[in-house]
Amino acid sequence: MEPLRERIIDVDLGDLGLDEGAHLLVQRALAQCDPAQVIRVRGTAHALAVDLRGWARAQGHRFEVSEGAWILSRSASYDGRWRNAVRASGTDAATSPGEHASSRWGVAARGALVEDSVPAWDFALGDKDSVWSDDAPRLYAMGAAAQWDPATAVPWSSELTHPAEVEDAVVQVMTYLIENETAALQVPARFLGRVHPHYREIVQVLALQCADEARHMEVFTRRALLQRDALGLSTAGGQRSLQTLYEEPDYAIASFLLSVLGEGSFLSLLWFLHAHGPDEVTRSVAKLSAQDEARHVAFSLSHLQRHCEREPAIRAKFARAVDARHQALQHTAGLNREVFDGLVLLAAGGWSPAALRRGHHAVIALQQTMDEGRRGRLARLGFSAGEAEALSALHTRNFM
Amino acid sequence: MTKDHSFVLGAVAYDPKVVTIWEGFRQYFAARGFAFDFVLYTHYERQVEAHLRGDFDVAWNSPLSWLEAQRYAVTLGRRVEAIAMRDSDRDLTSVVLVRADGPVKSVTDLKGRIVAVGASDSPQATLIPLEHLATQGVLAERDFTVLRHDVMVGKHGDHVGGERDAVRALINGDADAACVIDGNHLSFVREGLFAQGSLQILTQTAPYDHCNMTVLESVPPARCARFRELLLGMSFDDPEARPLLEMEGLRQWLDGRDTGYTQLAAAIDRFDTIAPWLARVTG
Ligand SMILES: [Fe+2]
Ligand SMILES: [Fe+2]
Repeated sequence: MEPLRERIIDVDLGDLGLDEGAHLLVQRALAQCDPAQVIRVRGTAHALAVDLRGWARAQGHRFEVSEGAWILSRSASYDGRWRNAVRASGTDAATSPGEHASSRWGVAARGALVEDSVPAWDFALGDKDSVWSDDAPRLYAMGAAAQWDPATAVPWSSELTHPAEVEDAVVQVMTYLIENETAALQVPARFLGRVHPHYREIVQVLALQCADEARHMEVFTRRALLQRDALGLSTAGGQRSLQTLYEEPDYAIASFLLSVLGEGSFLSLLWFLHAHGPDEVTRSVAKLSAQDEARHVAFSLSHLQRHCEREPAIRAKFARAVDARHQALQHTAGLNREVFDGLVLLAAGGWSPAALRRGHHAVIALQQTMDEGRRGRLARLGFSAGEAEALSALHTRNFM
Repeated sequence: MTKDHSFVLGAVAYDPKVVTIWEGFRQYFAARGFAFDFVLYTHYERQVEAHLRGDFDVAWNSPLSWLEAQRYAVTLGRRVEAIAMRDSDRDLTSVVLVRADGPVKSVTDLKGRIVAVGASDSPQATLIPLEHLATQGVLAERDFTVLRHDVMVGKHGDHVGGERDAVRALINGDADAACVIDGNHLSFVREGLFAQGSLQILTQTAPYDHCNMTVLESVPPARCARFRELLLGMSFDDPEARPLLEMEGLRQWLDGRDTGYTQLAAAIDRFDTIAPWLARVTG
C-alpha cells in the first residue's frame, strides 16, 4: 500500500522575507504539492504576514491564517498557463529546424516551450523549403569570423600617385559602387524581417550580409572622398535597374536576381578593381568586399539549389523574372557611360593610346568573365547550357 | 430606432487599458453568442447615478461606489446585488508603514504627527486605514494630520499613483507614516521605491473586499444569469480568456458577496465621505 502523503507540507523561511526572495521557497513548496495538499509557512521576517497575503492573492493561491500559521493552497489555475504549451520545434531535437515554423511560436528560441496564448506573428517566410540552406550554419560562422574593421583593415594613408583624371574615374566608379551596395543592403534587409526566426541561422546569415554591405558602403565612400569633396554621378538607368531588384516581392526571385546574377557579376568587378586599381586603397577595399561578396553568392546559390531541387518549377519563374526585368529595363541606358569609361581609364592608368587599349581590353574581358560566371552559377541551379547562355545575356547591363 | 439587446456594463476609465480590457471581454462574449457592450465613465459617482437612472445593466464598482449605489438605491426603494467578484477582490488588507529608524513605534506614537494617505476617496489607501487607526484610538485630523495624495479623485484609488506618492512622502520625511494596500509593500520594494528593511509595518487592518459586479433588482434576469455564467466560466487554462484575466488582475471570477464592506461602511459614516454627494443626488 502506498503511504498516505501528508496533507500539510511545512515550509520554514527562517528570517528570510518575501521582499528578499523568500517567494522562491514558497513557490518551490507549492510546485511539489498535489491539489489535496496545502503548505504551512513559518518565518520570522517582519513583513511576512503582509507580503505573503498580497503575494498569494496576486498568484491566485488561497491564503488563510490558522493557529498562528499561514496556510496556502495552490491555485486551481496553477499550471494552466503551460497545460497546452507547445515546443517551438518541428522535431524533437531543439537544434534542427522543422519543415514548417508556426506563427504561434513567434520569436521563441527554437525548442523553447511556448505558452498557447502567444499572439500569432506574421512571418511570411515560414517554410523550410523557401529559406533553408544546410550551409547556413557554416557560412554564418565563416562570416562572423571574417568581419573586418574598416578603420584598420584598409591602408588609408598609403600614397596616391596617379593622374588627377584617373582619380576622377575612381571617384565615379566608387559612386556607382556605393549606390549598388546600398541596394545590396536594402534587398536582404527587406526579407530579413520576414524570415521566421525559427530558421535562426538564415536570419543570422542575412544580418551579417547586411552588416557586410554597410561596411562596403563605408569604405567605398571613404575611398571616394580621399582627395575629393564631391561624389560622382548617379543615373536614372542605374537606379531603375536597382529599383526592379528592390521592388521584387518574392524572396527566391529577389535572391536569384540579386545574388546569383547581380552580386555574382559584382564579384568579378571587385576582383577587376583589385587587379587594376591605381592605388593600394582601391585595391584593398575591392579585395575585402570581394571576399564578403563570395559568401553572399555562396549562400544564395546554396539555398536556391535546395529550393530548385524541391520545387523544380521555380526555375521557370526565375527565367520569367529575368525576362521581365529585361523588358522593364530595355529602354534605359544600362551601365552608365561614365562608369564604363571610368573603368577603362582606371584600368589604363593614363592617357597613352597603348594604355587606353589595354584598359579597354580589360573591361571587355571583365564582361566576358561576368558572363561566364553567371552561366556557371545558372548551371549549378540546373539550367541547361542554352538556357544559361540566354538568361545571362538578358541580365541587366548595370551588372547588379 | 430599434433597441439593441446588448447586456451593457458600466466601468470607470482610470487608465487607457480599461478600453483594451472591456473591448477584449466584448469580443470574448460575442464569440460565445452573447451580445455585450460597455460604457465608460470618468468617475464612479457619475457611474452610480447613471446606473440608478437605468443607463446600463451591470456596474463594475469599486468598494466605495458599491456602498454609494447601495445607499442611493435604498432612498429609491430599490435594491443592489453583488453578483460576481475577482478572486483578488477578496480578503485584502491595508497596512500603515513607518520608517524603521523613525520615532513611531506604536499607533499612539502617531499623535501629533503626519500620516500620508492616497486619494481622499481611496478605500484601501485612505478610508479603511484611517478607520482602522480610529478604532485603535487615534483619529484623523484630531490626533494627527492627514497628508492626502489626490491622484484622480473620483476614481476611488484605482490609480496606484496616490499610494506611491504617499510612500515617497514617508521616505522623504514629509510624513511619519503612509497607508497602502498589503500587496504594494512587496511591489514597491521590488520596483525599488524603498530599500528592503527601511520601512516597517506599524499596523494592519482586518481583511476586507474590493470590487464587485453590481446589478439592480430590475436587471433582465436571463441575460444577467448568462453574463454571470460566462464570467464565472472563464478559465485561466483557456488561451483566449487568460490574457483578459491577466489584464484585469485575476485568476478566476467568483460569486459576489457583500460581507466584506463593513470597515468601509464604518469609515464613510465616521468621515461623512459620501453624505454631500448623496444629499445632492437624492435632493
Ligand atoms: Fe557588397
Ligand atoms: Fe553582397
